[in-house]
Amino acid sequence: MDQLLVTLKHWLVGLVPSQYAPFFSALLSVGAIAVVFPALFALTTLLERKGLGRIQNRYGPNRVGPYGLLQPIADGLKALTKEDIVPRPADKVVHFLAPLVLVVPVFLALAVVPMGRHMTALDMNAGVLFFFAAGAATELSVFMAGWSSRNKYSLLGAMRAIAQMISYEVPLILASVAAIMAAGSLSTTQIVEAQAGYWGCVPRWFVLTPWGFAGFILFMVAATAESNRSPFDLPEGESELVAGYYTEYTGFKFALFFLGEYLGLFAVSGLGITLFLGGWHAPLPALEWIPSWAWFFAKLLVLIAGFIWIRGTLPRLRIDQLMGLAWKFMLPMALVNIGVAGLWRFMPGGWERWIVCALCVGAAYLLLGGLLSGGKVFAKRVYRYAD
Amino acid sequence: MTAPIAIIAVLTLAAAVTAMSLRNLVHCALMFMAALAGVAALYLGLGAQFVGFAQVLIYFGAVAILIVFAILLTRGTEPPREPILSKAWITGIAIAVVVFGVLSAMVLSSKALTREPGPTPQLPVHQLGAQLMTKYVLPLEVIGLLLTAALIGAVVIAMHDEEGG
Repeated sequence: MDQLLVTLKHWLVGLVPSQYAPFFSALLSVGAIAVVFPALFALTTLLERKGLGRIQNRYGPNRVGPYGLLQPIADGLKALTKEDIVPRPADKVVHFLAPLVLVVPVFLALAVVPMGRHMTALDMNAGVLFFFAAGAATELSVFMAGWSSRNKYSLLGAMRAIAQMISYEVPLILASVAAIMAAGSLSTTQIVEAQAGYWGCVPRWFVLTPWGFAGFILFMVAATAESNRSPFDLPEGESELVAGYYTEYTGFKFALFFLGEYLGLFAVSGLGITLFLGGWHAPLPALEWIPSWAWFFAKLLVLIAGFIWIRGTLPRLRIDQLMGLAWKFMLPMALVNIGVAGLWRFMPGGWERWIVCALCVGAAYLLLGGLLSGGKVFAKRVYRYAD
Repeated sequence: MTAPIAIIAVLTLAAAVTAMSLRNLVHCALMFMAALAGVAALYLGLGAQFVGFAQVLIYFGAVAILIVFAILLTRGTEPPREPILSKAWITGIAIAVVVFGVLSAMVLSSKALTREPGPTPQLPVHQLGAQLMTKYVLPLEVIGLLLTAALIGAVVIAMHDEEGG
């Protein structure tokens, strides 16, 4: 069961003449990624609207199909059939290319994420580096979209988005450096293998070590900002900038932006799972009979649920708070975390190591938080009408 | 030279030439990025994974975006009126020809051309890292110091005066 999909692929590849086999094998892997993740995207849009609806005391989509389950299909048809409008002063070529420059690298990034035992489409020596290199192109796409629209809101949104993405890329990469150091490899497959096995019945995932926990939180916060999701959705803040850099996109081009954003979210969540949550490993020895790919997608859905929850809960940040958080808090915290990961590596195993490392991370957190809040004490918020 | 490398090289050169000849500065920057991507593809084609990805990450993700920011923040993106060919081109082309001549003369007279190509070294990333941390640690530290100095300088320039808010 675990190797069902891998066996299926090997059987299919065995059917074609041997000189075409490598090409066909690559085609199958790419095809699987290009089918599964957009399908997951359709499912996620529905889950997100339902979940947000629940948080805000309303039903969410419930008209198309039973419980509104067919809503994504209706949305897709709507996006396909809408008129494609390009503003007259827009730079036509750049305006056309921007959604493509967003979607293609995101699919490339998904290729290095291990989705199960022996299920990495592109298992390369420098996999994590490849992931971040592919992610670099999304900033370019945002700029192309914002600039080519010839619209002030688009350009402002694009500038905000690029500033935010560049700032949060630093803690994102530094947070993953800790996991890379512990695994001793940049290959995503080997990072997952380094988290195999159990301490007693506790899995050896990096998130269950002090530095891994801090790294995971930093990574997820930076990932939220990288994918421009609430509470970091300033680049497309509806109340200020209409829709930011994709204000002037309609129909299917808009849908492509939407798709690229969600696929980017899946990719970065997948990398987070690979680096900190033990990849496709089961959390308990007794649960290993469940196939590895099911574990990967279960973890992915849990992370996405977390993202939806955060979006429904937290208000949008102000731009100076956003930059302050990245440069003043997350950057030093990530650097301290790398040091703690090194300490963990060279201390003898046992509970002393656990306590010392946890103390280091906790002290850094309290110290930084205390310094940044400037000794202010926050009292319990008093509401005039809501109490 | 194999066919993929030749194709990538031609595309890179074409992108570079277009970057020089377009009128709109932002278009030039975008074509320049295409040329940088081409260089990264060349590295990958030659089997240097780490250098290729580092090229994309640094030049594509940081330097190019910086150039775009600089263009947008310092001047309008309207194309200039004056003709694209000017007298400065003559001097420029002359210098370029001389530099190209010297470089190609040096390359052609080098012994490396007559040497038999050895086996392609397989260099995993962790070996690269170990080398950087042991044999080449001094250059690494010097680069780090230089970048820190540049960073502090940038912060000092960007810092507002207190009364200005």
